[in-house]
Amino acid sequence: MSAPTGITRATLLKDLRLEWRSKDAINSMLFFSLLVVVVFSFSFDPSAEESRAIAGGLVWVAFLFAAVVALNQTWAREIRNQVLDAYRVSPAPANALCVAKTLGNFILVSILETLMTPLFIVFYRLRSIGPAWQLLVVVALGTWALVVNGTFFAAMSLRTRSREIMLPLLLFPISIPAILAMVQATTAILGGEGARFWIVLLGTYDLVFTTVCLLLFETVLNAE
Amino acid sequence: MKRAFPIFGILTAVLLAYALYQALVVAPTEQTMGDVQRIFYYHVPSAWTAFIFFFINFGASVVYLVKRRPAADIIALVCAEVGVVFCTVVLITGPIWARPVWGIWWTWDMRLTSTLVLWLIYVSYLLLRRFSSGGETPVLAAALAVLGALCVPFVYFSIWFFRTQHPQPVMGGGGSIDPRMLHALLINWLAFSCFAFMVCWSRYRLETLQRDVDQAHALKSLRDPRGSR
Repeated sequence: MSAPTGITRATLLKDLRLEWRSKDAINSMLFFSLLVVVVFSFSFDPSAEESRAIAGGLVWVAFLFAAVVALNQTWAREIRNQVLDAYRVSPAPANALCVAKTLGNFILVSILETLMTPLFIVFYRLRSIGPAWQLLVVVALGTWALVVNGTFFAAMSLRTRSREIMLPLLLFPISIPAILAMVQATTAILGGEGARFWIVLLGTYDLVFTTVCLLLFETVLNAE
Repeated sequence: MKRAFPIFGILTAVLLAYALYQALVVAPTEQTMGDVQRIFYYHVPSAWTAFIFFFINFGASVVYLVKRRPAADIIALVCAEVGVVFCTVVLITGPIWARPVWGIWWTWDMRLTSTLVLWLIYVSYLLLRRFSSGGETPVLAAALAVLGALCVPFVYFSIWFFRTQHPQPVMGGGGSIDPRMLHALLINWLAFSCFAFMVCWSRYRLETLQRDVDQAHALKSLRDPRGSR
């Protein structure tokens, strides 16, 4: 029991330390989503009422594209110096690696969201009519849905040609129900309507896809 | 076995001709929509065929992940290819019908949207197969097929919340249908299924041959590295 959690913790801490020292992913993600905010603001020029209606979609599109930046870097680091090959021949369980990478991405994207949310509120004059604490639940579940599939598909697209393009091509179609649920839930809460259906759907999606990704990860990592 | 393919081909051609006759001549003209409704005999059978092939793709992918038989991988590949083609037919014939009847080409209705998402998922499956070369392709593709199939119920439930504009399904939808129309529909479905099966069969033989040729090339270059072409 202790061995896999130990490996998970070690990998997670290593990744976070690397990120803390280089700040590669977080800087590019932050700047990228800032650009999305500015460009969207210019192209739509929304009033407060309008921005409440489109904010759900806007926020999540910004986070989705920014998350892809981080996800693409997840495994690229392990290719240099054949770290991933070393991991594959070692007796360490593959799932521990998958969980560590997913948690690392979750932390990174959550930091991004925490930093970007005030900016969204200021730029789009957002004020929630519904209970704002529900937004926290939606954000947590939505981010998990993105990173759990994203980490898995990043490991998959690593094995293909033109891997950076491949990740969004694989990730977006499968994520469509999750994206729809996040956007609808966010818009419903901001507009003061109930979002229970979407939150339950998102939770089920997370549960099913986390399980399947963990079950299939070893197969995909060791695919010859 | 070699003779079975042309015989089956001829049977399929006859069946397709008969189905065309049924759809265009025998089936009565629909009261309100007129002749436009006849596209229904291509639209619906194509949709059923596409869904069946996507389902076979899922089954074959699971079999491949468990047993690692190359045949299962080839079946998954050809079913996805033919399924995408039939799904494209559905997505093209739908707007052709919708324009005169609904007055719009496209609407984000439940059935339309979920068919489109399904199409996107399987196109990404084919893209993955194209972009990954080497021995790991079948495993990666099978894993993606499993995830894609699991996504389908979520797609349906998430889009279910939007109000549906699509006509209720003919079977089990509570509507009534002229028996001649039903007959034409089922004959068309049979004909298109046979046609799709035939394409799959020939594609399966092609893929098997292709893999044999690749293997022979690889063996040859191993035996004689300097290459006497």
